[in-house]
Amino acid sequence: MAIPKVCGIETEYGIQVLHGDPNPIAASSVLINAYAQDVARQQVGWDFEDESPGNDARGYARQGSMAPQVETHLLNTVLTNGARFYVDHAHPEFSTPECIDALECLRYDRAGEEILIRSMEAADASVHDGRTFVVYKNNSDGKGNSYGCHENYLMDRRAPFARIVHGITPHFVTRQLYAGAGKVGAETATHEGRRTGFQLSQRSEFFEERVGLETTLKRPIVNTRDEPHADPHRYRRLHVIVGDANLAEVATFLKVGTTSLILAMIEDDVSGDRDLELADPVRAMHEVSFDRSLGRSLPMADGTTATALSIQWELLARARKYTEERGLACLGTEEVGAEVLRRWEEVLHGLETDPMSLARQLDWVAKLQLMEAYQDRHGCGWDDQRMAALDLQYHDLRPSRSLFARLDTEHLVDPVSVAEAVTVPPRGTRAWFRGQCLTRWPTAVVSANWDSLVFDLGTDPLRRVPMMDPLRGTADHVDDLLQQSAGPSELLDRLSS
Amino acid sequence: MAERELKKKSSTTEHTEETVEEVPPASAKGEKLKAELDDLLDEIDEVLEDNAEEFVRNYVQKGGE
Repeated sequence: MAIPKVCGIETEYGIQVLHGDPNPIAASSVLINAYAQDVARQQVGWDFEDESPGNDARGYARQGSMAPQVETHLLNTVLTNGARFYVDHAHPEFSTPECIDALECLRYDRAGEEILIRSMEAADASVHDGRTFVVYKNNSDGKGNSYGCHENYLMDRRAPFARIVHGITPHFVTRQLYAGAGKVGAETATHEGRRTGFQLSQRSEFFEERVGLETTLKRPIVNTRDEPHADPHRYRRLHVIVGDANLAEVATFLKVGTTSLILAMIEDDVSGDRDLELADPVRAMHEVSFDRSLGRSLPMADGTTATALSIQWELLARARKYTEERGLACLGTEEVGAEVLRRWEEVLHGLETDPMSLARQLDWVAKLQLMEAYQDRHGCGWDDQRMAALDLQYHDLRPSRSLFARLDTEHLVDPVSVAEAVTVPPRGTRAWFRGQCLTRWPTAVVSANWDSLVFDLGTDPLRRVPMMDPLRGTADHVDDLLQQSAGPSELLDRLSS
Repeated sequence: MAERELKKKSSTTEHTEETVEEVPPASAKGEKLKAELDDLLDEIDEVLEDNAEEFVRNYVQKGGE
């Protein structure tokens, strides 16, 4: 039986400084510092003890592959909601805490946006030289530089990696039909002749390989980083790098919900009669992004053809059959699982009959509708610079400038629950224990990471509390323990007794 | 051909139960949408960065992931 699909999203935000030093590392540091000191009013550092992003899920490292560097010197904080907020290379990055289902993941992704908005305000107020900090939730600068929005899913270690690659690739190639954030033009050398126009995805054209360890060059559709941040004998964490950063809530919800469901099917080794392997997944991924008709035939490995939509319909049909037989437990609550299936079908139906009817649900449709209306009003074409400006400003997080915020898109989480998620951790994973300890005893926790907390009780040595199971340390597990402990030393005594 | 059948099958099994909602006539719906978009475009004309070319040129993001 598939294990619960604990999930999370890490978003690298674009950052720009107006009226001052444009150095993005310095700017990201100002931003995060301002939040930690002036908004959250506490700063607990990240513990790098268990970082090993160079491990390959295939069990070996390829010659010449570039393992990501762990940048221990840059600013890194853990928040009371269990999230990590830090400088990653040249971007501010927010990683949601571990969430139990797609709806909760959406709520914490939205909380991340709220935290970045508060960070911008705090950063502007913290400097006195007129600098303004602007953050964008997008994935490219339109000049060939891309940065990621990665998803993570907890998986059973017993699922063979080759089966995961085979099973998830058709989904990663085609889910951009609803998870794409939309983009004007193309920017990679491969698509030199497509500089104007519109494509469904920000990220797709940057992918060059089927499988691999890299994240910044020769990007693979399936990333092999084997860093479970949990007991490696029981779990793996599938690190997904193909996605766009979404602002539309339905898009985020579906991106995570459908992927969780298909990964559960892979764990249970459930597939359909037809093999959905694409002849050339990389090429197909690019073509799907550029195909606004949504009708292009993609060559399959078995010699037949299929459209991206027909692949999605087939995946949905399998998911329905699977959940009818085995239930929705792996997707969190019954309601969330049912909602994933309902929304998935609704969106595929919309894409098939009238894609523009999904402007309240999907980013690429919302953006395209806005751009076409703008072109009609101003009599301009795709090559007009204002198209690129609209594209960029769609993702500007400042409420005063954001174009997305001006659109009447559908919301799945209410603002009150998002505001709560800014400081309170999710109840159903170990993030609860992490966040609660940080909330209750901020000075005793000296550092934290995904799978442990380090306490300083004022007596030598420092005490590390391992949290190797993402499904333990939930509110149900530890609330009594936390409430009965007057302080951190009592907590540690109870834990070790 | 295979894909057509695939799609049809899914469509017929999955969409038969859909509830029929009262939808305004297409033209009225279109008019309303257009009016909303017009208001939105007025607002966007106000907030869109003045110099689109410079705004786009200055947005450069190096390094990441």
